[in-house]
Amino acid sequence: MIAEIGLVALWLAAALAALQFIGALAGVRNGEADLAALVRPAASLQAALCGIAFVALLWVFAITDLSVKLVASNSHSLKPMIFKLSGAWGNHEGSMLLWITVMAVAGGAIALLERRLPEKTMLATLGSQAFVGLGFYAFLLLSSNPFERLAETPVEGNGLNPLLQDVGLAFHPPTLYIGYVGLSVAFSFAVGALLTRQVTPEFAKVMRPWVLGSWIFLTIGITAGSYWAYYELGWGGWWFWDPVENASLMPWLAATALLHSASVLAARDALRTWTIMLGVIAFSMSMLGTFLVRSGILTSVHAFAVDPERGSFILGLLVLYIGGALAVFALRAGTVSEGKRFALLSREGALVVNNIALSAILGIVLLGTLYPLLTEAFDVRVSVGPPYFNPVGAIFFLPMLLVLIVGPLLRWRSDKAARIKLPVLIALAAGLAVLVLAALLSEITILPLLGLALSIAVGIASFMPLRGRSLRRLPLAVWGMVFAHLGVAVALFGMSADSAFQQERLVAIAIGDVTQVGPWQARLNSVTPVAGPNWTAMQANLTVQHGETGERAANPQSRSFWSPATETSEVALITRWNGQLYVAVGNQAADGRWQLRLWWKPFVTWIWYGGLIIAFGGTLALIGRLTTDLRRRAAVRKGAERRVDAAELQA
Amino acid sequence: MSTGLKPKHQRLVLISIALVALIGASLLAAYALSNQADYFYVPADIAVNPPEAGQAIRLGGMVEVGSITTAQDGITTSFIVQDGVARVPVQFAGILPDLFVEGSGVVADGRMDAGGTFVADNLLAKHDENYMPRELAGMETAEMREAMEASLE
Repeated sequence: MIAEIGLVALWLAAALAALQFIGALAGVRNGEADLAALVRPAASLQAALCGIAFVALLWVFAITDLSVKLVASNSHSLKPMIFKLSGAWGNHEGSMLLWITVMAVAGGAIALLERRLPEKTMLATLGSQAFVGLGFYAFLLLSSNPFERLAETPVEGNGLNPLLQDVGLAFHPPTLYIGYVGLSVAFSFAVGALLTRQVTPEFAKVMRPWVLGSWIFLTIGITAGSYWAYYELGWGGWWFWDPVENASLMPWLAATALLHSASVLAARDALRTWTIMLGVIAFSMSMLGTFLVRSGILTSVHAFAVDPERGSFILGLLVLYIGGALAVFALRAGTVSEGKRFALLSREGALVVNNIALSAILGIVLLGTLYPLLTEAFDVRVSVGPPYFNPVGAIFFLPMLLVLIVGPLLRWRSDKAARIKLPVLIALAAGLAVLVLAALLSEITILPLLGLALSIAVGIASFMPLRGRSLRRLPLAVWGMVFAHLGVAVALFGMSADSAFQQERLVAIAIGDVTQVGPWQARLNSVTPVAGPNWTAMQANLTVQHGETGERAANPQSRSFWSPATETSEVALITRWNGQLYVAVGNQAADGRWQLRLWWKPFVTWIWYGGLIIAFGGTLALIGRLTTDLRRRAAVRKGAERRVDAAELQA
Repeated sequence: MSTGLKPKHQRLVLISIALVALIGASLLAAYALSNQADYFYVPADIAVNPPEAGQAIRLGGMVEVGSITTAQDGITTSFIVQDGVARVPVQFAGILPDLFVEGSGVVADGRMDAGGTFVADNLLAKHDENYMPRELAGMETAEMREAMEASLE
């Protein structure tokens, strides 16, 4: 019954999306059309219906209703509740329902709350949102119905891929999806502004919180995904340039560029066409990412089902939406008049460099990700990894960081180099000192060396915009920028330090033996079997010690799940402020020794701290923008009341 | 790009700069891809047209039954990857991936050494029934198994 309610809600939501689209179409053509009045209510109601459908799906997973095909093939009655629930979106159909739900809720929110733009622009925006939504409703209802029943109810479900049974991972997909789909709002605003010729600073201000919000979620999602790959795969790496990782990185790069160009448009009415272009690209990257991940054309644990029909469906949507948006862009871009001028040495100038560098990195990642698919068409199979991405990306990333030192200090429109000389020189001198010291004192390769030096310079420079300003009166958005840029420095420091100074030890040792890695000593005390709710494991019990500090326990496991039958490696992580000891246990050799793999990874945790600091900065900026908007709304309301009072007095 | 430019000219300058940077990035990417992409080989390819020693490649095939041996140090594993046509000896130092078993598919990242042994940095094996390295998707056919069984007898 619950499943049927979900399905009906979903069909109704799809019908409302169609109504929303038609109403918007009528309204944009003729502002007086009756149907136009239905657009906003349709969007809000659609959000509620999608919410009901999603809750229905959670419900059938929570009670393990095995007559629902999706539950039977992805869940199991013995799973812990948290993984039953996360199982609802840990599969293709459920994740697409999550996607459409987030999209509908975002559409409902703008329909309900956003009144700053001309009504025609809003109609065009909501129409575009409905048009995108319709494609995904069709996809969901016609080829991936999550509520499909089975003719015969099986006795037990299939279980969930054990690699996905992890608390962090339970919240990884929703986080990324909110980010991906939030960009659909930016996309719709861009299309709406372009269609109704309203590419104005006001448009940028309305769009910016959505970009900021999506970007925060993407940042958290990528950070969490990286940490998950780090401890779950047991390979000691934190970024593999796996196509699936790239699929989340590309929208992030585009959103980062969009965030910065929207600032220019909002503050200075420049970069109009470019901002629209980035709005289209950012969501295109989200859809491309979804296509790459969901179509199963990639080697990945994320490829749930290799189903060519679904792949071609998403590909069709991708072509339709991106092609359509680009066509509208090509037809209309010429009508967007030029923005305000600015000098090369100005905030705008620095942000243009930021945007070009980010776009170039996006292009590099995109080409590297698609290259294996391209060559496969010619029957040549290749894979592209760090030897390509790291150096080629760095060619644009490192100069961008140099500009990041200068940019936040510059004034809008035009500025003089002499004014910012001192803070820039301080930051560069610190970076140079680190460069020289690291090069002399250690054997470090060129990329980590430059990364280390630049992380110090950027870290110092990130505080410089606070110089000479009253900290109390500083707008939250500026604090947000300071933290976000500091986070980049912290993350870069972690990446560079780990790449340059990590130490690895691979041994087979007997019970009671001691091994060393970097400043750590580790003794293998015993290996014992342990059991969990749906797995059993061999657990190595080690005592580890850093230098002369106290002893700590490290207990890596090699787990066997029985439904579906799979083994995973649970590493032990011993965290200090300046890094992590990473221990994985392998198999037992014929002579009874156990394989152990240990890494000492200096400052590796700073990578994820950096990611969180970036997200925190984004959150501060978002709160700052939203409170400013609320205050403005309150002021407008007061002004209106005052005018009414004045009119009454006169009468 | 001084403020003396007309808006139209400034826009042209900006567009040209962006185009130059993006085309530059694409050319750089294309050049790097042609050098840095790792080609995928099956043992038959290696027999016909061996890659240069030291060149990073991916090797995919079946782990031959009875071929897995562990060295004295307890961590170096040697085995043979074959595809029913040719056989390549592989050496790997590290913890074997979950579900790495004889007679099953494997994809290895690494390079050939001068002696014709493939030195693997990383092994990808099947995680479960539903997931296997994509390069192997077409290989575990009945035909392939028959060919393999025949080659083992």
